[in-house]
Amino acid sequence: MSIRVESDMHRRRRSQNVGVAVCLVLFIGLVMVLSLVKITNSGPVEGYDHAPRPALADEVSQ
Amino acid sequence: MADVPYHNQDYDPVFGDYVALLKPRVMSLVVFTAFVGLMAAPVALHPVEAFCAILFIAIGAGASGSLNMWWDADIDAIMRRTKSRPIPSGRTTPDAALGLGVALSGLSVLMLGLAANWHAAAWLAFTIFFYAVVYSMFLKRATPQNIVIGGAAGALPPLIGWVAATGSVSIEAVLMFALIFMWTPPHFWALALFMRSDYDDAKVPMLTVTHGRPSTRRHILVYALLQAALAIGLAFTSVGGLIYFSVALVCNVIVLKDAVRIWRRDEVNSEADDFKVERAFFKFSLFYLFVHFLAILAEALLVPYGFGGWS
Repeated sequence: MSIRVESDMHRRRRSQNVGVAVCLVLFIGLVMVLSLVKITNSGPVEGYDHAPRPALADEVSQ
Repeated sequence: MADVPYHNQDYDPVFGDYVALLKPRVMSLVVFTAFVGLMAAPVALHPVEAFCAILFIAIGAGASGSLNMWWDADIDAIMRRTKSRPIPSGRTTPDAALGLGVALSGLSVLMLGLAANWHAAAWLAFTIFFYAVVYSMFLKRATPQNIVIGGAAGALPPLIGWVAATGSVSIEAVLMFALIFMWTPPHFWALALFMRSDYDDAKVPMLTVTHGRPSTRRHILVYALLQAALAIGLAFTSVGGLIYFSVALVCNVIVLKDAVRIWRRDEVNSEADDFKVERAFFKFSLFYLFVHFLAILAEALLVPYGFGGWS
C-alpha cells in the first residue's frame, strides 16, 4: 500500500488524535470547574501557617 | 473468551470506534435512570456536582460495556445482533477494549468519589465488577438465570444517583433498583422468544433453550406480576405521587394483559403471526421503563410548584 500525503490512514489517526485531545481538554476544564465549586461551597478555610491565629485559638478554647 | 485475532491490520480505528466500545445506547438509559435517581433524592447537589456525578456514572457504565465486549468478542462474532460491534468487525483490538475498560473504570470510580461521595463510588465499582466479571465472565455462559442476576448491574444506576445525592441507601432507591431488576428478565425473555437463533447459535444458555419456551412464557408472567407489585409499591414512597401512580397503573395493566396473552399462546399461534404479541411486549417494555422514570422525574420537578407527591 503506497502512503500518500493524505491517505485514509492519516484521516483515521487524525480522528483519534483530535478525539483524545478534545476529551483531555474537556476533562481538565471539568476538574477545574468542579474544584472551584467544591472550594467555594466548603466555607471559609483557615489553616496553620506558622503564625499566631487568635481566631483559631478562641475557637479551640470554646 | 477466545484468543482470536479479530483486528484488521489495514484498518486504523477512528475515534467513533472507541466510543462504540462504550455501548452508547446502554449509556443513554444509564444516564436517564441515574439522573432520575439523583433528581428524586431529597438532597439537592450543586448543578456542577450533579453533572459530574451523572457523567462519571455513565462513563463507568461505558467502561463495563467495553470490558464486556472484550470478554464476549467470540460470541459477539456469531450473533447477528452483535457481529458489527468494533471487535468482531475488526475495527479495534480486544486489547484496546480491555485497556479502555480498565482505565475508564478506575477514572470513573475515582472521579465519582471526588465529585459526589465515596459511598456512591463504591456502588459504581461494585456495578462495574458485577457486570464485567460476575455477569460476563461467570453467569452469562453458565446459567439460564444469567439475565436475572446480571440484570442487577443495569438496575443499579438510579440507586447510585440517589446515593450520590444523599450519601446513603433508602427504600426509594432500593425500589427503583428493584423495578429495573424485575423489568430486565421478561424484557430479554420476550426478545429470546422471537430472536431464538442468535442465542442458540452462540450457545448462550437462555431460558428458552434450557427450560423450554412454555416455561419461559410462565416466567414472563410471574416476573410481570412481581414487576407490577413493585411499580405500584413505589407510588406510595416519597418519590411517588398521583402522576406516577396513574402512569404505573395504566402501564402495568397493559403489561399484565400482554404477559397473560404470551402465557396462553403456544408456538403454533406465535409463529402464525410472527410473534406479534411477543414483539409488542418487548417494544412496550422499553416504553414502560422510560415512562415510569419520567413520571418519577415529573413528581420531583413539580414539588417546588406545589404539585407532585400525594399532597
